[in-house]
Amino acid sequence: MSSQPTVMVTGAMSGWQTLLYKEVLRFWKVGFQTVAAPVLTAVLYLLIFGHVLEGNVKVYDTIQYTAFLVPGLVMMSVLQNAFANSSSSLIQSKIMGSLVFVLLTPLSHWSWFLAYVGSSVVRGLLVGMGVLAATAWFTTLSVVAPQWIIVFAVLGAALLGSLGVIAGLWAEKFDQMAAFQNFVIMPMTFLSGVFYSIHSLPPFWQTVSHLNPFFYMIDGFRYGFFGVSDVSPWISLGIVGIALLVVAGIAVNLLRIGYKIRG
Amino acid sequence: MPAISFQSVTKTYPSTRGGSGLRALNEVSFDIAEGEFFGLLGPNGAGKTTLISILAGLTRATSGRVTVQGCDVQADYAQARRRLGVVPQELVFDPFFNVREALRIQSGYFGVKNNGPWIDELLESLGLADKASSNMRQLSGGMKRRVLVAQALVHKPPVIVLDEPTAGVDVELRQTLWQFIAKLNKQGHTVLLTTHYLEEAEALCSRIAMLKQGRIVALDDTSALLKAASSNVLRFKVDGELPPALAAAARITGRIVQLPAHGALEIEQYLASVREAGLTVEDVEIRKADLEDVFLEVMAAEHSHAAIVAAKQSSGARLPV
Repeated sequence: MSSQPTVMVTGAMSGWQTLLYKEVLRFWKVGFQTVAAPVLTAVLYLLIFGHVLEGNVKVYDTIQYTAFLVPGLVMMSVLQNAFANSSSSLIQSKIMGSLVFVLLTPLSHWSWFLAYVGSSVVRGLLVGMGVLAATAWFTTLSVVAPQWIIVFAVLGAALLGSLGVIAGLWAEKFDQMAAFQNFVIMPMTFLSGVFYSIHSLPPFWQTVSHLNPFFYMIDGFRYGFFGVSDVSPWISLGIVGIALLVVAGIAVNLLRIGYKIRG
Repeated sequence: MPAISFQSVTKTYPSTRGGSGLRALNEVSFDIAEGEFFGLLGPNGAGKTTLISILAGLTRATSGRVTVQGCDVQADYAQARRRLGVVPQELVFDPFFNVREALRIQSGYFGVKNNGPWIDELLESLGLADKASSNMRQLSGGMKRRVLVAQALVHKPPVIVLDEPTAGVDVELRQTLWQFIAKLNKQGHTVLLTTHYLEEAEALCSRIAMLKQGRIVALDDTSALLKAASSNVLRFKVDGELPPALAAAARITGRIVQLPAHGALEIEQYLASVREAGLTVEDVEIRKADLEDVFLEVMAAEHSHAAIVAAKQSSGARLPV
Protein backbone atom coordinates (compact mmCIF):
# COMPACT_ATOMS: atom_id res chain seq x y z
CA MET A 1 0.00 0.00 0.00
CA SER A 2 1.54 3.29 -1.05
CA SER A 3 -1.04 5.68 0.37
CA GLN A 4 0.37 8.74 2.07
CA PRO A 5 -1.78 10.91 4.34
CA THR A 6 -1.00 14.16 2.56
CA VAL A 7 -3.09 16.27 0.24
CA MET A 8 -2.38 15.38 -3.40
CA VAL A 9 -1.01 18.05 -5.67
CA THR A 10 -3.81 19.32 -7.89
CA GLY A 11 -4.40 21.69 -10.76
CA ALA A 12 -7.10 24.33 -10.33
CA MET A 13 -8.41 24.03 -13.89
CA SER A 14 -8.82 20.30 -14.17
CA GLY A 15 -11.69 19.89 -11.69
CA TRP A 16 -14.26 21.70 -13.81
CA GLN A 17 -12.87 20.13 -16.94
CA THR A 18 -13.56 16.72 -15.42
CA LEU A 19 -17.12 17.72 -14.56
CA LEU A 20 -17.56 19.01 -18.12
CA TYR A 21 -16.14 15.75 -19.50
CA LYS A 22 -18.41 13.72 -17.24
CA GLU A 23 -21.48 15.68 -18.32
CA VAL A 24 -20.63 15.26 -22.01
CA LEU A 25 -19.91 11.54 -21.49
CA ARG A 26 -23.24 11.21 -19.66
CA PHE A 27 -25.34 12.36 -22.61
CA TRP A 28 -23.09 10.74 -25.18
CA LYS A 29 -23.60 7.31 -23.55
CA VAL A 30 -27.31 7.63 -24.26
CA GLY A 31 -26.80 9.28 -27.65
CA PHE A 32 -29.82 7.66 -29.27
CA GLN A 33 -32.04 9.40 -26.77
CA THR A 34 -30.13 12.68 -26.45
CA VAL A 35 -28.85 13.30 -30.00
CA ALA A 36 -30.45 10.99 -32.56
CA ALA A 37 -34.04 11.32 -31.31
CA PRO A 38 -34.17 15.14 -31.48
CA VAL A 39 -32.69 15.03 -34.99
CA LEU A 40 -35.41 12.62 -36.09
CA THR A 41 -38.11 14.80 -34.47
CA ALA A 42 -36.85 17.86 -36.35
CA VAL A 43 -36.82 15.97 -39.65
CA LEU A 44 -40.44 14.89 -39.05
CA TYR A 45 -41.44 18.51 -38.37
CA LEU A 46 -39.78 19.52 -41.63
CA LEU A 47 -41.44 16.79 -43.64
CA ILE A 48 -44.92 17.50 -42.28
CA PHE A 49 -44.90 21.33 -42.21
CA GLY A 50 -42.76 21.59 -45.32
CA HIS A 51 -45.03 19.27 -47.29
CA VAL A 52 -48.24 21.03 -46.16
CA LEU A 53 -47.08 24.64 -46.48
CA GLU A 54 -44.46 24.60 -49.25
CA GLY A 55 -45.87 26.52 -52.22
CA ASN A 56 -48.57 28.13 -50.07
CA VAL A 57 -46.33 30.31 -47.92
CA LYS A 58 -43.46 32.54 -49.00
CA VAL A 59 -41.46 34.38 -46.41
CA TYR A 60 -39.70 37.70 -47.00
CA ASP A 61 -41.17 37.47 -50.54
CA THR A 62 -38.35 35.37 -51.95
CA ILE A 63 -37.55 32.56 -49.52
CA GLN A 64 -39.19 29.14 -49.93
CA TYR A 65 -40.98 27.96 -46.78
CA THR A 66 -38.90 24.79 -46.35
CA ALA A 67 -35.68 26.79 -46.55
CA PHE A 68 -37.10 29.28 -44.03
CA LEU A 69 -38.10 26.44 -41.71
CA VAL A 70 -34.71 24.70 -41.55
CA PRO A 71 -32.78 27.32 -39.49
CA GLY A 72 -35.77 27.65 -37.15
CA LEU A 73 -35.84 23.91 -36.54
CA VAL A 74 -32.07 23.82 -36.05
CA MET A 75 -32.18 26.61 -33.47
CA MET A 76 -35.22 25.14 -31.74
CA SER A 77 -33.35 21.85 -31.35
CA VAL A 78 -30.26 23.65 -30.06
CA LEU A 79 -32.28 25.49 -27.42
CA GLN A 80 -34.43 22.58 -26.27
CA ASN A 81 -31.52 20.19 -25.96
CA ALA A 82 -29.28 22.68 -24.20
CA PHE A 83 -32.03 23.14 -21.62
CA ALA A 84 -32.68 19.41 -21.36
CA ASN A 85 -29.03 18.62 -20.72
CA SER A 86 -28.32 20.65 -17.60
CA SER A 87 -31.82 20.36 -16.17
CA SER A 88 -32.15 16.59 -16.55
CA SER A 89 -28.63 15.92 -15.28
CA LEU A 90 -29.23 17.96 -12.12
CA ILE A 91 -32.70 16.63 -11.34
CA GLN A 92 -31.64 13.02 -11.97
CA SER A 93 -28.56 13.22 -9.80
CA LYS A 94 -30.50 15.06 -7.08
CA ILE A 95 -33.22 12.42 -6.98
CA MET A 96 -30.82 9.47 -7.25
CA GLY A 97 -28.49 10.98 -4.67
CA SER A 98 -25.40 10.82 -6.90
CA LEU A 99 -25.04 14.61 -6.79
CA VAL A 100 -23.25 14.01 -3.49
CA PHE A 101 -20.15 12.95 -5.47
CA VAL A 102 -19.89 16.49 -6.83
CA LEU A 103 -21.03 18.19 -3.63
CA LEU A 104 -18.14 16.60 -1.71
CA THR A 105 -15.51 18.01 -4.06
CA PRO A 106 -13.62 21.31 -3.85
CA LEU A 107 -15.27 22.54 -7.07
CA SER A 108 -16.46 26.15 -6.84
CA HIS A 109 -19.86 27.40 -7.99
CA TRP A 110 -18.14 28.83 -11.09
CA SER A 111 -16.75 25.40 -11.91
CA TRP A 112 -20.22 23.89 -11.62
CA PHE A 113 -21.66 26.62 -13.85
CA LEU A 114 -18.99 26.32 -16.53
CA ALA A 115 -19.25 22.53 -16.63
CA TYR A 116 -23.05 22.24 -16.68
CA VAL A 117 -23.56 25.11 -19.15
CA GLY A 118 -20.55 24.04 -21.22
CA SER A 119 -21.91 20.52 -21.66
CA SER A 120 -25.33 21.98 -22.54
CA VAL A 121 -23.71 24.07 -25.27
CA VAL A 122 -21.87 20.99 -26.58
CA ARG A 123 -25.07 18.94 -26.71
CA GLY A 124 -27.10 21.78 -28.18
CA LEU A 125 -24.56 22.39 -30.95
CA LEU A 126 -24.18 18.67 -31.65
CA VAL A 127 -27.93 18.21 -32.05
CA GLY A 128 -28.14 21.44 -34.08
CA MET A 129 -25.46 20.22 -36.48
CA GLY A 130 -27.25 16.88 -36.75
CA VAL A 131 -30.54 18.59 -37.58
CA LEU A 132 -28.82 20.85 -40.10
CA ALA A 133 -27.10 17.91 -41.77
CA ALA A 134 -30.33 15.90 -41.92
CA THR A 135 -32.66 18.68 -43.08
CA ALA A 136 -30.28 20.32 -45.55
CA TRP A 137 -31.07 17.45 -47.94
CA PHE A 138 -34.60 18.74 -48.36
CA THR A 139 -33.82 22.27 -49.50
CA THR A 140 -31.10 24.57 -50.78
CA LEU A 141 -29.64 26.68 -47.99
CA SER A 142 -27.36 29.66 -48.38
CA VAL A 143 -25.10 30.93 -45.62
CA VAL A 144 -24.81 34.71 -45.80
CA ALA A 145 -23.18 35.52 -42.45
CA PRO A 146 -21.78 32.45 -40.65
CA GLN A 147 -20.52 34.54 -37.72
CA TRP A 148 -24.13 35.32 -36.74
CA ILE A 149 -25.05 31.65 -36.96
CA ILE A 150 -22.26 30.68 -34.58
CA VAL A 151 -22.82 33.58 -32.18
CA PHE A 152 -26.56 32.99 -31.79
CA ALA A 153 -26.20 29.21 -31.57
CA VAL A 154 -23.59 29.46 -28.80
CA LEU A 155 -25.31 32.27 -26.87
CA GLY A 156 -28.72 30.63 -27.21
CA ALA A 157 -27.41 27.28 -26.00
CA ALA A 158 -25.62 28.97 -23.09
CA LEU A 159 -28.79 30.87 -22.16
CA LEU A 160 -30.94 27.73 -22.18
CA GLY A 161 -28.20 25.73 -20.43
CA SER A 162 -28.21 28.36 -17.67
CA LEU A 163 -31.99 28.22 -17.49
CA GLY A 164 -31.68 24.43 -17.23
CA VAL A 165 -29.36 24.85 -14.23
CA ILE A 166 -31.99 27.02 -12.52
CA ALA A 167 -34.79 24.56 -13.32
CA GLY A 168 -32.66 21.58 -12.25
CA LEU A 169 -31.87 23.20 -8.91
CA TRP A 170 -35.44 24.35 -8.33
CA ALA A 171 -37.31 21.17 -9.28
CA GLU A 172 -37.64 18.51 -6.60
CA LYS A 173 -39.66 16.05 -8.66
CA PHE A 174 -39.67 14.95 -12.27
CA ASP A 175 -43.18 16.32 -12.81
CA GLN A 176 -42.07 19.79 -11.67
CA MET A 177 -39.35 19.60 -14.31
CA ALA A 178 -41.83 18.40 -16.90
CA ALA A 179 -44.09 21.33 -16.01
CA PHE A 180 -41.21 23.78 -16.50
CA GLN A 181 -40.40 22.20 -19.84
CA ASN A 182 -43.99 21.94 -21.10
CA PHE A 183 -45.40 25.21 -19.78
CA VAL A 184 -42.39 27.52 -20.16
CA ILE A 185 -39.78 26.24 -22.58
CA MET A 186 -42.03 24.59 -25.14
CA PRO A 187 -44.51 27.50 -25.61
CA MET A 188 -41.74 30.09 -25.72
CA THR A 189 -39.93 28.04 -28.36
CA PHE A 190 -42.97 27.35 -30.51
CA LEU A 191 -44.16 30.95 -30.30
CA SER A 192 -40.79 32.40 -31.22
CA GLY A 193 -41.09 32.28 -34.99
CA VAL A 194 -39.67 28.84 -35.66
CA PHE A 195 -42.50 28.02 -38.05
CA TYR A 196 -43.41 31.52 -39.27
CA SER A 197 -42.20 35.08 -39.63
CA ILE A 198 -43.79 37.28 -36.99
CA HIS A 199 -44.60 39.78 -39.77
CA SER A 200 -47.37 37.39 -40.77
CA LEU A 201 -48.99 37.80 -37.32
CA PRO A 202 -51.62 40.42 -36.30
CA PRO A 203 -50.06 43.52 -34.65
CA PHE A 204 -50.98 42.43 -31.11
CA TRP A 205 -49.21 39.08 -31.45
CA GLN A 206 -46.24 40.77 -33.10
CA THR A 207 -45.90 42.90 -29.97
CA VAL A 208 -46.22 39.84 -27.74
CA SER A 209 -43.57 38.03 -29.79
CA HIS A 210 -41.15 40.89 -29.22
CA LEU A 211 -41.35 40.19 -25.47
CA ASN A 212 -40.15 36.63 -26.02
CA PRO A 213 -36.33 36.38 -25.86
CA PHE A 214 -36.48 33.12 -27.81
CA PHE A 215 -37.70 35.11 -30.82
CA TYR A 216 -34.47 37.12 -30.94
CA MET A 217 -32.30 33.99 -30.76
CA ILE A 218 -34.10 32.39 -33.70
CA ASP A 219 -34.41 35.58 -35.70
CA GLY A 220 -30.72 36.41 -35.30
CA PHE A 221 -29.72 32.84 -36.11
CA ARG A 222 -31.86 32.89 -39.24
CA TYR A 223 -30.26 36.18 -40.33
CA GLY A 224 -26.97 34.30 -40.74
CA PHE A 225 -28.57 32.14 -43.42
CA PHE A 226 -30.66 34.64 -45.38
CA GLY A 227 -29.30 38.07 -44.56
CA VAL A 228 -32.83 39.22 -43.72
CA SER A 229 -34.65 39.10 -40.40
CA ASP A 230 -37.65 40.52 -38.56
CA VAL A 231 -35.40 42.78 -36.42
CA SER A 232 -31.78 43.86 -36.74
CA PRO A 233 -29.34 41.12 -35.64
CA TRP A 234 -27.56 43.70 -33.50
CA ILE A 235 -30.75 44.33 -31.52
CA SER A 236 -31.21 40.57 -31.19
CA LEU A 237 -27.61 40.20 -30.03
CA GLY A 238 -28.07 42.88 -27.38
CA ILE A 239 -31.28 41.36 -26.05
CA VAL A 240 -29.93 37.79 -26.05
CA GLY A 241 -26.70 38.99 -24.40
CA ILE A 242 -28.59 40.79 -21.63
CA ALA A 243 -30.91 37.79 -21.12
CA LEU A 244 -27.87 35.51 -20.88
CA LEU A 245 -26.20 37.76 -18.30
CA VAL A 246 -29.35 37.89 -16.17
CA VAL A 247 -30.12 34.16 -16.32
CA ALA A 248 -26.47 33.15 -15.88
CA GLY A 249 -26.18 35.55 -12.93
CA ILE A 250 -29.17 33.92 -11.25
CA ALA A 251 -27.82 30.41 -11.94
CA VAL A 252 -24.36 31.23 -10.57
CA ASN A 253 -25.86 32.78 -7.46
CA LEU A 254 -28.10 29.77 -6.82
CA LEU A 255 -25.07 27.50 -7.17
CA ARG A 256 -23.08 29.76 -4.83
CA ILE A 257 -25.67 29.56 -2.05
CA GLY A 258 -26.26 25.85 -2.69
CA TYR A 259 -29.95 26.41 -3.39
CA LYS A 260 -31.81 23.17 -2.59
CA ILE A 261 -28.60 21.14 -2.76
CA ARG A 262 -26.80 22.11 0.46
CA GLY A 263 -28.86 22.13 3.66
CA MET B 1 -3.37 21.14 15.01
CA PRO B 2 -6.27 18.68 15.24
CA ALA B 3 -7.31 16.71 12.16
CA ILE B 4 -10.93 17.71 12.80
CA SER B 5 -12.22 20.37 15.16
CA PHE B 6 -15.88 20.96 16.02
CA GLN B 7 -16.32 24.25 17.89
CA SER B 8 -19.74 24.96 19.44
CA VAL B 9 -21.56 23.56 16.45
CA THR B 10 -25.31 24.13 16.51
CA LYS B 11 -27.75 23.20 13.78
CA THR B 12 -31.40 24.17 13.85
CA TYR B 13 -33.68 23.11 11.01
CA PRO B 14 -36.41 25.69 10.40
CA SER B 15 -39.91 24.66 11.31
CA THR B 16 -42.40 24.34 8.47
CA ARG B 17 -45.18 25.47 10.84
CA GLY B 18 -43.55 28.68 12.01
CA GLY B 19 -42.33 27.33 15.37
CA SER B 20 -38.84 27.47 16.79
CA GLY B 21 -37.55 24.66 14.57
CA LEU B 22 -35.78 21.40 15.28
CA ARG B 23 -32.42 21.66 17.00
CA ALA B 24 -30.45 18.75 15.57
CA LEU B 25 -27.11 19.75 17.17
CA ASN B 26 -26.59 21.77 20.32
CA GLU B 27 -23.19 23.38 20.97
CA VAL B 28 -21.18 20.31 19.98
CA SER B 29 -17.45 20.74 20.61
CA PHE B 30 -14.63 18.24 20.37
CA ASP B 31 -11.36 17.67 18.52
CA ILE B 32 -10.01 14.61 16.74
CA ALA B 33 -6.24 14.34 16.69
CA GLU B 34 -4.13 13.48 13.65
CA GLY B 35 -3.94 9.72 13.16
CA GLU B 36 -6.80 8.90 15.51
CA PHE B 37 -9.42 6.24 14.80
CA PHE B 38 -12.42 7.98 16.30
CA GLY B 39 -15.93 6.61 16.79
CA LEU B 40 -19.08 8.71 16.81
CA LEU B 41 -22.00 6.78 18.26
CA GLY B 42 -25.59 7.55 18.99
CA PRO B 43 -29.13 6.33 18.43
CA ASN B 44 -31.02 7.18 15.25
CA GLY B 45 -31.77 10.89 15.10
CA ALA B 46 -29.00 11.79 17.54
CA GLY B 47 -27.36 14.14 15.02
CA LYS B 48 -24.42 12.02 13.80
CA THR B 49 -25.17 12.40 10.10
CA THR B 50 -25.96 16.10 10.51
CA LEU B 51 -22.56 16.60 12.16
CA ILE B 52 -20.82 14.73 9.36
CA SER B 53 -22.82 16.63 6.73
CA ILE B 54 -21.63 19.91 8.24
CA LEU B 55 -18.05 18.61 8.23
CA ALA B 56 -18.38 17.59 4.56
CA GLY B 57 -20.01 20.87 3.50
CA LEU B 58 -23.33 19.22 2.60
CA THR B 59 -25.11 21.19 5.32
CA ARG B 60 -24.32 24.54 6.93
CA ALA B 61 -24.14 24.90 10.70
CA THR B 62 -26.50 27.47 12.21
CA SER B 63 -23.60 28.57 14.41
CA GLY B 64 -20.16 27.35 15.38
CA ARG B 65 -17.11 26.42 13.37
CA VAL B 66 -15.66 23.22 11.90
CA THR B 67 -12.12 22.82 10.60
CA VAL B 68 -10.25 20.05 8.83
CA GLN B 69 -6.49 20.25 9.45
CA GLY B 70 -7.03 23.91 10.28
CA CYS B 71 -9.10 24.71 7.17
CA ASP B 72 -12.56 26.12 7.84
CA VAL B 73 -15.17 23.98 6.04
CA GLN B 74 -17.09 27.09 4.95
CA ALA B 75 -14.57 29.90 4.52
CA ASP B 76 -11.86 27.64 3.07
CA TYR B 77 -14.08 24.86 1.73
CA ALA B 78 -11.86 23.88 -1.19
CA GLN B 79 -8.84 23.15 1.02
CA ALA B 80 -11.00 21.46 3.66
CA ARG B 81 -12.65 19.17 1.11
CA ARG B 82 -9.33 18.24 -0.50
CA ARG B 83 -8.34 16.86 2.91
CA LEU B 84 -11.55 14.90 3.41
CA GLY B 85 -12.76 11.60 1.98
CA VAL B 86 -16.36 10.91 2.89
CA VAL B 87 -18.19 7.61 2.50
CA PRO B 88 -21.87 8.60 2.53
CA GLN B 89 -24.45 6.54 4.37
CA GLU B 90 -26.83 6.11 1.43
CA LEU B 91 -25.98 3.55 -1.23
CA VAL B 92 -25.80 6.00 -4.13
CA PHE B 93 -24.20 5.57 -7.54
CA ASP B 94 -24.09 7.14 -10.98
CA PRO B 95 -25.74 4.69 -13.39
CA PHE B 96 -24.04 6.06 -16.50
CA PHE B 97 -20.55 4.85 -15.69
CA ASN B 98 -18.56 1.74 -14.95
CA VAL B 99 -16.45 1.36 -11.81
CA ARG B 100 -13.17 2.58 -13.29
CA GLU B 101 -14.84 5.55 -14.98
CA ALA B 102 -16.54 6.51 -11.72
CA LEU B 103 -13.17 6.45 -9.91
CA ARG B 104 -11.34 8.35 -12.65
CA ILE B 105 -14.05 11.01 -12.70
CA GLN B 106 -14.05 11.35 -8.91
CA SER B 107 -10.27 11.65 -8.99
CA GLY B 108 -10.53 14.35 -11.65
CA TYR B 109 -12.95 16.43 -9.57
CA PHE B 110 -10.11 16.82 -7.08
CA GLY B 111 -7.76 17.75 -9.89
CA VAL B 112 -5.69 14.60 -9.45
CA LYS B 113 -4.20 13.56 -12.76
CA ASN B 114 -2.47 10.33 -13.74
CA ASN B 115 -4.03 8.54 -10.79
CA GLY B 116 -4.18 5.12 -12.52
CA PRO B 117 -1.78 3.24 -10.21
CA TRP B 118 -3.62 4.33 -7.06
CA ILE B 119 -7.00 3.49 -8.66
CA ASP B 120 -5.65 0.02 -9.51
CA GLU B 121 -4.47 -0.38 -5.93
CA LEU B 122 -7.86 0.64 -4.57
CA LEU B 123 -9.65 -1.77 -6.90
CA GLU B 124 -7.34 -4.58 -5.80
CA SER B 125 -7.50 -3.82 -2.09
CA LEU B 126 -11.28 -3.59 -2.04
CA GLY B 127 -11.86 -6.69 -4.15
CA LEU B 128 -13.15 -4.73 -7.13
CA ALA B 129 -10.46 -5.56 -9.71
CA ASP B 130 -12.67 -7.95 -11.69
CA LYS B 131 -15.56 -5.46 -11.61
CA ALA B 132 -13.60 -2.49 -12.98
CA SER B 133 -15.39 -2.56 -16.34
CA SER B 134 -18.83 -3.37 -14.92
CA ASN B 135 -21.51 -0.72 -15.00
CA MET B 136 -22.50 0.47 -11.54
CA ARG B 137 -26.07 -0.78 -12.11
CA GLN B 138 -24.82 -4.34 -12.46
CA LEU B 139 -23.16 -4.44 -9.03
CA SER B 140 -24.61 -5.96 -5.87
CA GLY B 141 -25.25 -3.74 -2.85
CA GLY B 142 -22.01 -4.85 -1.21
CA MET B 143 -19.99 -4.12 -4.34
CA LYS B 144 -21.61 -0.69 -4.67
CA ARG B 145 -20.61 0.00 -1.05
CA ARG B 146 -17.00 -0.93 -1.89
CA VAL B 147 -17.06 1.53 -4.81
CA LEU B 148 -18.31 4.25 -2.45
CA VAL B 149 -15.32 3.59 -0.22
CA ALA B 150 -12.96 3.66 -3.21
CA GLN B 151 -14.48 6.95 -4.43
CA ALA B 152 -13.92 8.50 -1.01
CA LEU B 153 -10.27 7.42 -1.00
CA VAL B 154 -9.42 8.13 -4.63
CA HIS B 155 -7.69 11.45 -3.87
CA LYS B 156 -5.78 9.95 -0.90
CA PRO B 157 -7.39 12.17 1.73
CA PRO B 158 -5.55 12.44 5.05
CA VAL B 159 -8.89 12.46 6.88
CA ILE B 160 -11.41 9.70 6.17
CA VAL B 161 -15.05 9.89 7.27
CA LEU B 162 -17.14 6.72 7.22
CA ASP B 163 -20.85 7.23 7.88
CA GLU B 164 -22.21 3.78 8.75
CA PRO B 165 -20.18 2.11 6.00
CA THR B 166 -21.13 -1.44 6.95
CA ALA B 167 -24.88 -0.96 7.27
CA GLY B 168 -26.55 -3.92 5.59
CA VAL B 169 -23.41 -5.49 4.16
CA ASP B 170 -22.11 -9.03 4.54
CA VAL B 171 -19.43 -10.22 6.93
CA GLU B 172 -16.83 -10.66 4.18
CA LEU B 173 -17.06 -7.04 3.08
CA ARG B 174 -16.95 -5.84 6.67
CA GLN B 175 -13.73 -7.77 7.24
CA THR B 176 -12.17 -6.56 3.97
CA LEU B 177 -13.18 -2.99 4.64
CA TRP B 178 -11.93 -2.88 8.21
CA GLN B 179 -8.61 -4.47 7.35
CA PHE B 180 -8.13 -1.86 4.64
CA ILE B 181 -9.20 1.09 6.77
CA ALA B 182 -7.10 -0.11 9.72
CA LYS B 183 -4.11 -0.26 7.36
CA LEU B 184 -4.72 3.32 6.21
CA ASN B 185 -5.06 4.41 9.83
CA LYS B 186 -1.71 2.80 10.65
CA GLN B 187 -0.18 4.81 7.80
CA GLY B 188 -1.34 7.99 9.47
CA HIS B 189 -4.79 8.64 8.02
CA THR B 190 -7.27 9.98 10.56
CA VAL B 191 -10.55 8.06 10.60
CA LEU B 192 -13.94 9.23 11.86
CA LEU B 193 -16.46 6.41 11.99
CA THR B 194 -20.15 6.28 12.76
CA THR B 195 -21.65 2.85 13.11
CA HIS B 196 -24.50 0.96 14.71
CA TYR B 197 -22.24 -2.09 15.11
CA LEU B 198 -20.79 -1.31 18.51
CA GLU B 199 -18.44 -4.28 18.46
CA GLU B 200 -16.79 -2.67 15.41
CA ALA B 201 -16.37 0.62 17.24
CA GLU B 202 -14.98 -1.19 20.30
CA ALA B 203 -12.49 -3.14 18.20
CA LEU B 204 -11.33 -0.26 15.98
CA CYS B 205 -11.73 3.09 17.71
CA SER B 206 -9.19 4.45 20.15
CA ARG B 207 -11.60 7.16 21.27
CA ILE B 208 -15.37 7.45 21.18
CA ALA B 209 -17.96 10.19 21.45
CA MET B 210 -21.62 9.47 22.09
CA LEU B 211 -24.33 11.81 20.86
CA LYS B 212 -27.88 11.99 22.09
CA GLN B 213 -30.47 14.51 20.95
CA GLY B 214 -27.78 16.67 19.42
CA ARG B 215 -25.51 16.81 22.46
CA ILE B 216 -22.32 14.99 23.41
CA VAL B 217 -23.15 12.78 26.38
CA ALA B 218 -19.86 10.87 26.59
CA LEU B 219 -16.39 11.36 25.15
CA ASP B 220 -13.33 9.39 26.18
CA ASP B 221 -10.81 6.69 25.29
CA THR B 222 -12.59 3.46 24.46
CA SER B 223 -10.78 1.64 27.26
CA ALA B 224 -11.72 4.32 29.78
CA LEU B 225 -15.36 4.14 28.73
CA LEU B 226 -15.35 0.38 29.23
CA LYS B 227 -13.68 0.67 32.63
CA ALA B 228 -16.11 3.32 33.81
CA ALA B 229 -19.12 1.19 32.98
CA SER B 230 -20.44 -1.64 35.11
CA SER B 231 -17.66 -4.17 35.23
CA ASN B 232 -19.92 -7.17 34.64
CA VAL B 233 -23.19 -8.14 33.04
CA LEU B 234 -25.48 -10.86 34.44
CA ARG B 235 -27.19 -12.76 31.63
CA PHE B 236 -29.90 -15.40 32.02
CA LYS B 237 -33.09 -16.77 30.47
CA VAL B 238 -36.38 -16.40 32.25
CA ASP B 239 -39.81 -17.95 31.64
CA GLY B 240 -42.04 -14.96 32.49
CA GLU B 241 -42.29 -11.23 33.02
CA LEU B 242 -39.66 -9.62 35.25
CA PRO B 243 -40.67 -7.55 38.29
CA PRO B 244 -40.99 -3.88 37.17
CA ALA B 245 -38.03 -2.66 39.24
CA LEU B 246 -35.75 -5.20 37.59
CA ALA B 247 -37.22 -4.75 34.11
CA ALA B 248 -36.43 -1.03 34.21
CA ALA B 249 -32.70 -1.75 34.57
CA ALA B 250 -32.56 -4.75 32.25
CA ARG B 251 -31.90 -5.20 28.58
CA ILE B 252 -34.47 -7.79 27.45
CA THR B 253 -34.32 -9.67 24.14
CA GLY B 254 -37.12 -12.25 24.01
CA ARG B 255 -36.47 -14.52 27.00
CA ILE B 256 -32.90 -13.30 27.48
CA VAL B 257 -32.31 -10.79 30.25
CA GLN B 258 -29.09 -8.80 30.76
CA LEU B 259 -28.46 -6.70 33.84
CA PRO B 260 -25.46 -4.50 34.73
CA ALA B 261 -23.83 -5.91 37.86
CA HIS B 262 -21.13 -4.29 39.98
CA GLY B 263 -20.47 -7.18 42.35
CA ALA B 264 -21.46 -10.58 43.71
CA LEU B 265 -23.97 -9.12 46.16
CA GLU B 266 -25.84 -7.31 43.40
CA ILE B 267 -25.93 -10.47 41.30
CA GLU B 268 -27.36 -12.44 44.22
CA GLN B 269 -29.98 -9.73 44.80
CA TYR B 270 -31.08 -9.84 41.15
CA LEU B 271 -31.46 -13.61 41.17
CA ALA B 272 -33.33 -13.53 44.50
CA SER B 273 -35.80 -10.99 43.10
CA VAL B 274 -36.44 -13.20 40.10
CA ARG B 275 -37.00 -16.27 42.28
CA GLU B 276 -39.34 -14.31 44.58
CA ALA B 277 -41.41 -13.38 41.51
CA GLY B 278 -41.94 -17.11 40.97
CA LEU B 279 -39.90 -17.23 37.77
CA THR B 280 -37.52 -19.97 36.68
CA VAL B 281 -34.01 -18.90 35.73
CA GLU B 282 -31.92 -20.82 33.15
CA ASP B 283 -28.52 -20.51 31.47
CA VAL B 284 -27.07 -18.05 33.95
CA GLU B 285 -23.76 -16.48 32.96
CA ILE B 286 -21.67 -13.51 33.96
CA ARG B 287 -19.64 -11.68 31.31
CA LYS B 288 -17.51 -8.57 31.06
CA ALA B 289 -19.34 -5.41 30.00
CA ASP B 290 -18.84 -4.40 26.36
CA LEU B 291 -19.37 -1.13 24.50
CA GLU B 292 -23.03 -1.92 23.91
CA ASP B 293 -23.55 -2.05 27.67
CA VAL B 294 -21.70 1.23 28.05
CA PHE B 295 -23.78 2.77 25.27
CA LEU B 296 -27.06 1.71 26.84
CA GLU B 297 -25.97 2.89 30.28
CA VAL B 298 -24.92 6.27 28.91
CA MET B 299 -28.10 6.70 26.92
CA ALA B 300 -30.22 5.78 29.94
CA ALA B 301 -28.35 8.16 32.21
CA GLU B 302 -28.14 10.93 29.62
CA HIS B 303 -29.37 13.76 31.81
CA SER B 304 -26.76 13.36 34.52
CA HIS B 305 -24.01 12.76 31.95
CA ALA B 306 -24.96 15.86 30.01
CA ALA B 307 -24.35 17.94 33.09
CA ILE B 308 -20.96 16.29 33.65
CA VAL B 309 -19.99 16.74 30.00
CA ALA B 310 -20.96 20.39 30.01
CA ALA B 311 -18.86 21.00 33.10
CA LYS B 312 -15.88 19.09 31.69
CA GLN B 313 -16.10 20.73 28.30
CA SER B 314 -16.01 24.17 29.81
CA SER B 315 -12.88 23.21 31.75
CA GLY B 316 -11.30 21.65 28.64
CA ALA B 317 -10.69 18.30 30.36
CA ARG B 318 -11.10 14.80 28.95
CA LEU B 319 -14.55 13.41 29.63
CA PRO B 320 -15.01 10.25 31.66
CA VAL B 321 -18.42 8.64 31.68
